[in-house]
Amino acid sequence: MRRSLRTAAVATAAAAALLMTGCSAGTSHDSGDTNQKVNLTYWAWAPNLDKVVDIWNKSHPNIHVTVNKQDGGDPAVTKLLTAIKAGSGAPDLMQVEYQKLPTLVAADALADLSKTDAVKTKSHFSDGVWSSVTLGGDALYAIPQDTGPMMFFYRADVFDKLGLSVPSTWDEYAADARAIHEADPSVYLGTFSSNDAGWFTGLSQQAGASWWGIDGDAWSVDIDKAPTQKVAKYWGGLVQEGVINNKPMYTPEWNTALNTGKEVGWLSAVWAPGVLSGNAGDTAGKWKVAPMPQWDASNPATGNWGGSSTGVTSQSKHVDAAVKFATWLNTDPEAVKALVTTAGIYPADNAAAKQALSKAPDFFSNQPDFYDVAAKVAKTVNPFTYGPNVNVAYSAYNDDFAKAAQSKQQSAFLDAVTQMQKTTTADLKKSGFTVK
Amino acid sequence: MIETQGAGMRRRVSFRTRVLTPYAMLAPGIVLFVAFMAAPIVYTVILSLQKRTVTGLGLGANSHKTVFAGFSNYVASFTDPELLGSVLRVLLYGVILIPTMLGLALLFALLLDSRRTRAGGFSRTAIFLPYAVPAVISSLLWGFLYLPDVSPFYDLADALGINAPELLSPSLVTFAIANIALWGGVGFNMIVMYTSLKAVPSEIYEAAKLDGCSEVQIAWRIKIPIIAPALVMTALFSMIATLQVFAEPTTLRPLSNSLSTSWSPLMLVYRDAFTRNDIYSAAATSVVIALGTFIISFLFLRVVQKRAFGQED
Repeated sequence: MRRSLRTAAVATAAAAALLMTGCSAGTSHDSGDTNQKVNLTYWAWAPNLDKVVDIWNKSHPNIHVTVNKQDGGDPAVTKLLTAIKAGSGAPDLMQVEYQKLPTLVAADALADLSKTDAVKTKSHFSDGVWSSVTLGGDALYAIPQDTGPMMFFYRADVFDKLGLSVPSTWDEYAADARAIHEADPSVYLGTFSSNDAGWFTGLSQQAGASWWGIDGDAWSVDIDKAPTQKVAKYWGGLVQEGVINNKPMYTPEWNTALNTGKEVGWLSAVWAPGVLSGNAGDTAGKWKVAPMPQWDASNPATGNWGGSSTGVTSQSKHVDAAVKFATWLNTDPEAVKALVTTAGIYPADNAAAKQALSKAPDFFSNQPDFYDVAAKVAKTVNPFTYGPNVNVAYSAYNDDFAKAAQSKQQSAFLDAVTQMQKTTTADLKKSGFTVK
Repeated sequence: MIETQGAGMRRRVSFRTRVLTPYAMLAPGIVLFVAFMAAPIVYTVILSLQKRTVTGLGLGANSHKTVFAGFSNYVASFTDPELLGSVLRVLLYGVILIPTMLGLALLFALLLDSRRTRAGGFSRTAIFLPYAVPAVISSLLWGFLYLPDVSPFYDLADALGINAPELLSPSLVTFAIANIALWGGVGFNMIVMYTSLKAVPSEIYEAAKLDGCSEVQIAWRIKIPIIAPALVMTALFSMIATLQVFAEPTTLRPLSNSLSTSWSPLMLVYRDAFTRNDIYSAAATSVVIALGTFIISFLFLRVVQKRAFGQED
């Protein structure tokens, strides 16, 4: 009996220990002494970023940065929000996508860097990008790292065969879509994807939309306005006509269609070569890139699809050291060059980008001026303000535009825009935000 | 002196034995239950009674507060047309899935239990094996098979001149999801029924044989009534699993335009909690779903209990 009592006690202790380990994931902080060696942690998901950070660690023995690899933008944000709520466990530095910044700022997860040396990096970046990290106000929440200016990727061999010219306006894009689909009804110039809210945001941004706005102490939601309506009407028309596909991107079907030449164009961003080489490897050397088709050819513009920044979290005890590192990472020519070659990103720093990006990506070896096109396009990114509930608008996009794409009715595309506006506004009001 | 000491010690030991030991032995169970069942449930209920409020633009420190919300989250859940829609979709899914799945499982169990069956061990494993494949993996596999441009079945249908319907279209997607659950679920339910068939003493069958019963009559008049408790249990588990369907539709959603982010009740909870960052209303909705599941299970047991367990008393 006594023995079983002891066994039970051991089991209880084991169970208790099991529970404790779950709760004791605290972090220890160094003291504020400037001469002491500082250790920084950095949550990021860009591939091979640790190799870029190694360069820093070799030349800066007093500020050691450890990269903690994350699964991607969404899971990292969820993890950070949990750590902020718990009061400990957040890293010093964090890779943040531009559209997630307001959500993190709203949760008080990021430090305001406007009183630090970080503001001196302003001259490195275009105004459109800088407005994403200031949220259009006086504060500064991150230093821009990479951007995803949208461009038009197309199968040059198919265009040549059909005698088509590269579309410079959306009217020409529609005409090309018709010609391609008529020549072979199983082939499309592109698809309208209800799965990729970021893609549609970029298209709307190009048309001049800015879905959120700050007006004094109130937010405005401007989704259901002329620019986005124009974009929705345009795509709804093409889908209704049947000359543009209505199936989502990033499905096994879509990958196959790109590889077998059933999908001969893609409105994507500067990072597209990486995706295409992965899922359409058989078509290497057949693609070319051009600036986006335009609404107003005399006033070229584009939107962003993707891109991220480096933020310092509100739990960091070493804001100045973190800023020093983030500034180096995103503006130092050697660091930017390493970001391009080992992490494969398109840097937000215009001058450093031009220096670092000379050779076209392998998949586009037939187009030596790939990065010249990109550099020209990157300067024309329209400004865009993200709000505190981007996730809500994006999931509303998934649901509402899935219905519209399925129905193949132009009017349903416009209804979807209205519904997105309603859902996004209602959510802000429900959370207690003042909405104009 | 020595004797009294010994008696005292014995009394102390027996006090320990009788009173403390049971608790000590229960302790690991109680600790784990409290930590992983009771505490999360209590926390969920607490969350469901709160909400977040914002001052000004909601940017920066101290602009957010968590306040008591009363039952407003519950009112919102009950009046949410999306929740009602998801419940109705899942009910249709259950009506398709449960009778088919249990019918097939029963048929296979009876066939395996019949004396004339050959290669019983192999068949049993083959039918059970899909249950070992995680739902996310099986949904990915089936997703490939459902997409016309990558599925070998559509190639086959084309070669035979059949115009196969698109299984991920809005009218058929419920069947497509039910099919995945069917594929994974038949084996498990079959094993439960087969095990309880094996527990039936063989004298009963011999007696029936002597009375001139055929195999079909034995199955229908003896085996099925005897394993009725197992049938009730599998039906109950299937109903609960149906209400909680999540992995299959979530995995299939990005492949088509047919599934919304609130297709099933749990998808709605997931979206509210992790996409919309509103754990408070998600907590209220999960409490509502849990209560609904409890009520349905209770009513179901009330209705079938007498018939299924009547003979055991």
